Amino acid sequence: MNEHVLDKLKVLAESAKYDISCASSGTTRKNRPGTIGSTEGWGICHSFTEDGRCVSLLKIMLTNACIYDCAYCINRRSNDIPRATLTVQELIDLTIEFYRRNYIEGLFLSSGVINNPDYTMERMVRVVKELRTNYHYNGYIHMKSIPGASRELVNEAGLYADRLSVNIEIPKEQNLKMLAPEKDHQSIYKPMFYIQQGVLASADERKRFRYAPRFAPAGQSTQMIIGATDESDKDILQLSTSLYQRPSMKRVYYSGFIPVNSYDTRLPALKQAPLVRENRLYQADWLMRFYGFRANEIVDDSYPNLDLEIDPKLAWALRHSEAFPIDVNKADYGLILRVPGIGVKSAGLIISSRKHRRITASTLTKMGVVMKKARFFITCGELPTFTVNEVTPEYLRLALMSKKSSRKEPDSKQLSFVFTE
Amino acid sequence: MIVFQYDKTFEGLLTAVFDAYSRKVFPERLVSEDEPLPLFAEQVHRVITEPEKSTRVWKALEKKLTKSVCAMLMHVWLSELPESDELLFRYMRKAFDAPMSIATYFADDDVLEVKKIAQKVSREREHVTQFVRFQKASDDLFFAPASPMYNVLPLTLDYFTDRFADQIWLIYDVKRRYGYYYDLKTTSEVMLDNDEYLLSGKLDEALMAQDEKLFQEMWKEYTLSLTIKERLNPKLQRQYMPRRFWKYLPEKN
Ligand code: SF4
Repeated sequence: MNEHVLDKLKVLAESAKYDISCASSGTTRKNRPGTIGSTEGWGICHSFTEDGRCVSLLKIMLTNACIYDCAYCINRRSNDIPRATLTVQELIDLTIEFYRRNYIEGLFLSSGVINNPDYTMERMVRVVKELRTNYHYNGYIHMKSIPGASRELVNEAGLYADRLSVNIEIPKEQNLKMLAPEKDHQSIYKPMFYIQQGVLASADERKRFRYAPRFAPAGQSTQMIIGATDESDKDILQLSTSLYQRPSMKRVYYSGFIPVNSYDTRLPALKQAPLVRENRLYQADWLMRFYGFRANEIVDDSYPNLDLEIDPKLAWALRHSEAFPIDVNKADYGLILRVPGIGVKSAGLIISSRKHRRITASTLTKMGVVMKKARFFITCGELPTFTVNEVTPEYLRLALMSKKSSRKEPDSKQLSFVFTE
Repeated sequence: MIVFQYDKTFEGLLTAVFDAYSRKVFPERLVSEDEPLPLFAEQVHRVITEPEKSTRVWKALEKKLTKSVCAMLMHVWLSELPESDELLFRYMRKAFDAPMSIATYFADDDVLEVKKIAQKVSREREHVTQFVRFQKASDDLFFAPASPMYNVLPLTLDYFTDRFADQIWLIYDVKRRYGYYYDLKTTSEVMLDNDEYLLSGKLDEALMAQDEKLFQEMWKEYTLSLTIKERLNPKLQRQYMPRRFWKYLPEKN
């Protein structure tokens, strides 16, 4: 280790920080403390940057040099930026030494493409393999598979990495080809499929042989860039739904497009990343995974895009005011979950504590229910107040719209939380 | 007013519960042995801590309450907050007297309060696992200072022993002046006689391993380069990473 590595580290971190393209993944995004982190088990944030983002993994590129020219990427070959490449040994040392000092939870390794996909992938695999076998490193490893990598290398990576990912980047193939001419959906879906097969095969073998090797035990994830092309939220959420139906697909991440190469006229002229939209997509995704919502309940042909002013659960409730109010002392779990302002945790608490005694408004407040929203959608044995039907959905929408809706600055806070209840 | 005096240990508190039940006398106040008695103390009982009694009470609690609730009581104890012992006493008494588990009975202020304090302590525990930083000394010992708001080091040992099983380490609470030392086999509580040189939290450069400075520097530069300068939000940073931890973070020094 020497000062040299320090310089490379700076260049590579700089390249990886814009959360798009080959350097991207949602794994270092801070969701609500104590919720997603604990369910996934590797969510400890060891530091926070000055913009308030969680640093959990050493998120680093093997190299930021690239033979491709993707329009949305800071590292595209036509950009004149400093380039750096770490050796396999340097990457190993950095990971081990950072880990030993409790700086990180693990490694998130990605790379630009040098020579060809397999050449790059082979080096990355060497890093994770040596970490596991020679250094007996047990920390978390997320490795991003290079699009177009061969089955053999993907299979090998799966033996050492906890999670693999291949980013879809752009939902519709014609749009992907427009912005990243060297890529197509096949180069992305194929490695995705290899991972899925690896995970399934290993699960199957482990049923018969307890010590059969595990394959990417944390499954795979993927990411889409939002707002660089013209896909609607309906296109995006439908694609997410079909991805979640694949075995092994654990998370879909959404990354608001950060206009890095503004000179490229194929890209929309954005001033700012669409952070609010990104946040709404995460909320919708959350509803699909934990609240039993289907994509077509959240967005459909009459509402192809999410309401930016209110969260998608509230939006759904306002469109279905006939389903409310519901009685928190009687309704079943699924229905309680649909009430705006009541999250998974408080819904569980309601079910377990109403065995002891009736739930009242003050018990709900104590449980952390956001009464500001919830009170229009429930009854709890007290005098009925105004419900959504009396005050009308239209009025309620206005009343509950985020006060910041006259956004001067498109709400940097949005990055910090995913779900407001 | 009925007052119990005890030695301000957790075992002592459990023994007090034992004594209360066996004498059918329940204290309104718990005080330490050297604390002046409250003005209106009419009846004073001096609790003599006995492992046998405290174990029996704890076992009975474990039967009555779930594991996580027992852990919660431990958390509240480690909060070291004034009167948290009296709160725990009341809680245990209610737990023993109620026919059903009181764990979710949040209409009761003590139940709610125990939960709240336990949550705060558990958050502090998490903070320690997040923000403790080891510095490697020239003799290969990894040293980490800490000064948590609550006495949470005992709660973090699982995390550290599990994760750093193949390095020798010392985590030292510089506020309470004790710590834990792991020698590759076992973790033991230590109190150092000459701990003055550790209290600043920074190893002297002469004591550091060869690359230690460089790794600190690299970590600092790494987190700095990750920052998106157009979106600075120091308030958010402080909210997630409270200021009181900064003095031991290489990225903040
Ligand atoms: S392949 Fe495309 S997205 Fe990835 S680093 Fe190269 S230019 Fe960027």
